[in-house]
Amino acid sequence: MLTRWFKKSVGSIGIFGSILRWAVLLIFAIYFVVPIFWLLLAPSKDTAQFSSLNPLAFGSLGQYFTVWKNVLIYQNGEVSLWFGNSLYYGLFSLFVSLVLCIPAGYILAIRRFPGRSLILWLTLITMLLPTSALVLPTFMELNLVHLVNTPWAVILPACFFPFGAYLAYIYYKTSLPLELIDAARVDGANEFNIFIRIALPLAKPLLGLLAFISFNANWNNYFGPYVMLNDDRLFTLPVGIQTILGSTSALEPGFNPTPGAIHFGYSEAAVAGLILIVPVVIIFLLSQRYVISGAFTGSVKE
Amino acid sequence: MTSLSMPVEDQSTKQVRLSSSRRRQNRQTVEAYLFLLPYILFMLAFGLGPGIYAFLISFADFSTGVPRYFAAGIKNYLTVFKDQRFNFTFTNIGEFLLISVPVGIALVVLLALLLHMRPGRVASTLRTLYFIPGAAVGPAVVLLVIFMLTPSVSPFGFLLKSIGLGAFNDIITPASLPFIFLIMGFFVGAGMWIVIQYGALEGISTEVMEAATMDGCNEWQKALYIKLPLIQPYIIYQFILIFAGNVQLFVEPQLLGNQTYIHANVPLVWSPNQLAYSFAFDLGNFGASAALALIMLIIGLGASYLMVRWTGFFNMD
Repeated sequence: MLTRWFKKSVGSIGIFGSILRWAVLLIFAIYFVVPIFWLLLAPSKDTAQFSSLNPLAFGSLGQYFTVWKNVLIYQNGEVSLWFGNSLYYGLFSLFVSLVLCIPAGYILAIRRFPGRSLILWLTLITMLLPTSALVLPTFMELNLVHLVNTPWAVILPACFFPFGAYLAYIYYKTSLPLELIDAARVDGANEFNIFIRIALPLAKPLLGLLAFISFNANWNNYFGPYVMLNDDRLFTLPVGIQTILGSTSALEPGFNPTPGAIHFGYSEAAVAGLILIVPVVIIFLLSQRYVISGAFTGSVKE
Repeated sequence: MTSLSMPVEDQSTKQVRLSSSRRRQNRQTVEAYLFLLPYILFMLAFGLGPGIYAFLISFADFSTGVPRYFAAGIKNYLTVFKDQRFNFTFTNIGEFLLISVPVGIALVVLLALLLHMRPGRVASTLRTLYFIPGAAVGPAVVLLVIFMLTPSVSPFGFLLKSIGLGAFNDIITPASLPFIFLIMGFFVGAGMWIVIQYGALEGISTEVMEAATMDGCNEWQKALYIKLPLIQPYIIYQFILIFAGNVQLFVEPQLLGNQTYIHANVPLVWSPNQLAYSFAFDLGNFGASAALALIMLIIGLGASYLMVRWTGFFNMD
């Protein structure tokens, strides 16, 4: 029994090799997981306990709730306002970007027409261009039309989602039977009807994936909103939280808070980090299958 | 028209057929562009427009308050090149690329190969764990790194102290910044790339792997001599995308530099993108900012062009 287990798990890797392999994999597991785990525990401690307790110890549940409450009522609940802004900007851009890119990917996949390869080229190039390369030029352009410091400055640029158009293109190209479309056309359906009745329902798995990627990218975008917005009522969650962390000396040890005001300290900063990370982790875990196949679709050779 | 040389009796019927098929084609083209119209409008506005506008501004003169296009010649570019921070930021980003690109790729490929030696539930659980920090971007990562590198509160504190780093300011120094940004970037981005390289490994044909086993290859030899060469195109893909992404470094140095607590050790302008930002928002010099932003944009465009041309990953026909 033991020898069989040994053979199966060590096999042609070798004993020494097996130990080495496990050591490397576990060291990296610690590197990736322990900081997140620490962050989950951090709000249970008060500032003194951060250094007196073991870093991975749990303080108290009461402290956990107090700290969460402190963060949520900080500056009249601006954190929840920013949470709402992030959600609103993200969902709005998500919706528009899908409305734009799915028909585009569809028609690029099923038709050949003059200009098609130019559009595909531009889609690829803009999709592979890091978003931060365009932030300052986009700011200058939006400044010209006086849209800076409005929600539109964040929403509109995010509506252009070339990766989505490319994925939709690949998806329709590989999974939409052309005979089905021809049959519908013979039955007298027009192009728009064919798209709505046949192509769109087929895109359900694609919609989930695109929604995840687009929303995630918008939720996590920092450079864009940071440059575009001045008014703290319009901030997204990452930009807002950063202003708190930067302005309250939350991370400065020995900082003396103003009497009466809520002290934004280590534990509050940790909660702020959790508010940023946890929603995305939950979506990650729920849609892992989509994400993993999606990470691959962009690169896979068809 | 070619029909001129056609025999007379054929000409009329041919022309009718030709023009009706052309009409059909025209109609199809119009339809296609109706589907594409909204997408193209947004592409013009937010894909191409910013670049074109930055190009215009980079040659514009702002000295009178209103931009006078093409009045500045290459003055804005000279301002950028003459600024002493230009060399500083490009040296920094060069150092960062020299460290982060090879180390990042080597570790990702190593982890993917190690995981792939024994595919199964353990491997896929580990892959998921590696992937989770991908949820933490920008301020959250900076926050985590500050905590993790503060020896008194960090779960890694004992390690830091054991190598003689007792205080935060011993750890974050100008010389260590490229490594700090590597630690942050790898923490967030590695998981996704491990998934991609692992997927590439799964794509290797089973016959090849079986043949290797028959020839008496052990797992290490397989990894080194068979799997590694076969995923080379994906490594090139990763190389170009990581390079293009890392050149644009902005958020991490910007946040780290603005954190009052560690201000002293982190220069306020460390990367070229920060310099472009600083030209516009600290100095109000939009011309110079556009010139530098355009240089950065061209580096990015060059990388994505090579990407499409070299790797042959992208299906376009």
